[in-house]
Amino acid sequence: MEFFLQQFAAGLTSGAIYACVALGLVMIYVSTDHINFAQGEMAMFATYLAWAMIDAGLPYWVAFGLTVLVAFAGGFAIQRVILKPLERAPVLALVVSFIALLSIFNAVAGMIWSYTIKQFPSPFPSRDLFGNGLVSVQQLGVVGVTLVMLGLLTAFFRFTTLGLAMRAAAQNADSARLMGVRVSWMLALGWGLAAAIGAIAGMLVAPIVFLDPNMMTGILVYGFAGALVGGIGNPMGAVAGGFIVGVLENLVGSYVIGNELKLTFALIIVIGVLLLKPAGLFGRVIVKRV
Amino acid sequence: MTSLLKANGLSAWYGPIRALYDLDLVIEQGGVTALLGANGAGKTTTLRAICNMVRRSGTTSFLGRDISRRSTEDIVRMGVAHVPEGRGTFVALTVEENLRLAFHTRRDHAAARRDMDLVFDYFPILKERLHQQAGTLSGGEQQMLAIGRALMLGPKLMLLDEPSFGLAPLVVREIFQILRRINEHEQVSMLIVEQNAALALDLADHVYLLETGKVVTSGPSALVRNDEALRKSYLGY
Repeated sequence: MEFFLQQFAAGLTSGAIYACVALGLVMIYVSTDHINFAQGEMAMFATYLAWAMIDAGLPYWVAFGLTVLVAFAGGFAIQRVILKPLERAPVLALVVSFIALLSIFNAVAGMIWSYTIKQFPSPFPSRDLFGNGLVSVQQLGVVGVTLVMLGLLTAFFRFTTLGLAMRAAAQNADSARLMGVRVSWMLALGWGLAAAIGAIAGMLVAPIVFLDPNMMTGILVYGFAGALVGGIGNPMGAVAGGFIVGVLENLVGSYVIGNELKLTFALIIVIGVLLLKPAGLFGRVIVKRV
Repeated sequence: MTSLLKANGLSAWYGPIRALYDLDLVIEQGGVTALLGANGAGKTTTLRAICNMVRRSGTTSFLGRDISRRSTEDIVRMGVAHVPEGRGTFVALTVEENLRLAFHTRRDHAAARRDMDLVFDYFPILKERLHQQAGTLSGGEQQMLAIGRALMLGPKLMLLDEPSFGLAPLVVREIFQILRRINEHEQVSMLIVEQNAALALDLADHVYLLETGKVVTSGPSALVRNDEALRKSYLGY
């Protein structure tokens, strides 16, 4: 039983990280209707920036805040510089650009910081929470940060007119323009937010998996699975999906298939959801009447 | 009094295909102008060219200000509300969110709230459907929502692209009655594109008749209504 609970708690922690990655994916999907395959590498790159700042002597939270800001600006800039010219390009061209971005970030990070793994500090002590070896403060912190982020994003999209304008721009760009919404700025804003969320995910995961240019590769697949399970158009669903995938992955990994096939399991989830319930568990099916 | 909207030598292209030829158009404040003509005459294109949604040349001005090179968003923000072909519904948003979107662009939120009440006065059904996904509305309700969204912008000019398209005659009559009331009570001028010429002639005080991207004739709508030869050859009734 204790082993089960431990695995469950560990699953929640990885789930929180998948949830963050899923949130980033959802953010870009909601505001642009695209899946950003470079989401993981952008997060990794931002984490290296944080590492460099901390290495240069900045306090953790200062580096954290600066990294989030820089990541936001970077995501914004990527949309303005690289994707805006492709606004009317076919989807396939965009997919190729995302994959190019992925390998560019990976290679540049390797070039600047080398491929040797680095330790990344955690803001949360690894001390046991209740003294029974079940949950650490670190785990709780990761879950907490994810939930706070979810709350802020949900409120942003649901209650602010800027969030509403972003959703409208993604759904029907022409019609949004006719409501006076500056669509291309909304897309850039979506990219900025996604990059900022990604940076947070990267900084949360790096203390656990260690920092190296490939640290997000597998995590992106889990994040993707989480986003799909929950419904890729819905932040709340993505977070729930991330947690579900994290817990399932740990339990199935420890009891059924062993560690080696965990990633395969994530892919099976992706395919299963796409086949059986494409809108995800919590996704709204969009009804269209003509 | 300066005219509300002026277009001089307005031309438009879809790729290599020219859809409008040097159109001159004047819309006076307060009136309803109808753009009539057969399919492919360039009616929708004219509306899209005014809002800079297609490749175009020529000059357009709104309330004396040149808008030829302004973005669609800017033109909308100046007071030109375009109710597009196909209604432009945000299907996954609720009815309320469709309307509330206007708060993003409007500085004066108190006025926007008043306009929201106004929309519900004209279209009570929208208030009943407030929290429903807009994609589930019937065609007529979506057309009402589209006009409602345009009203939410507090416009001086409304461009209406075939508001009768695909709707039952009874619904069409209701919508046109409401359009007339909006024109009379809210000081909103209108430029309306219609296939249903009789209907549009009834609402409009001024008419432009288009054929293959050129103006054939223009004048007070009574003139066209009473000119049987013109009606028969261009409007088919």
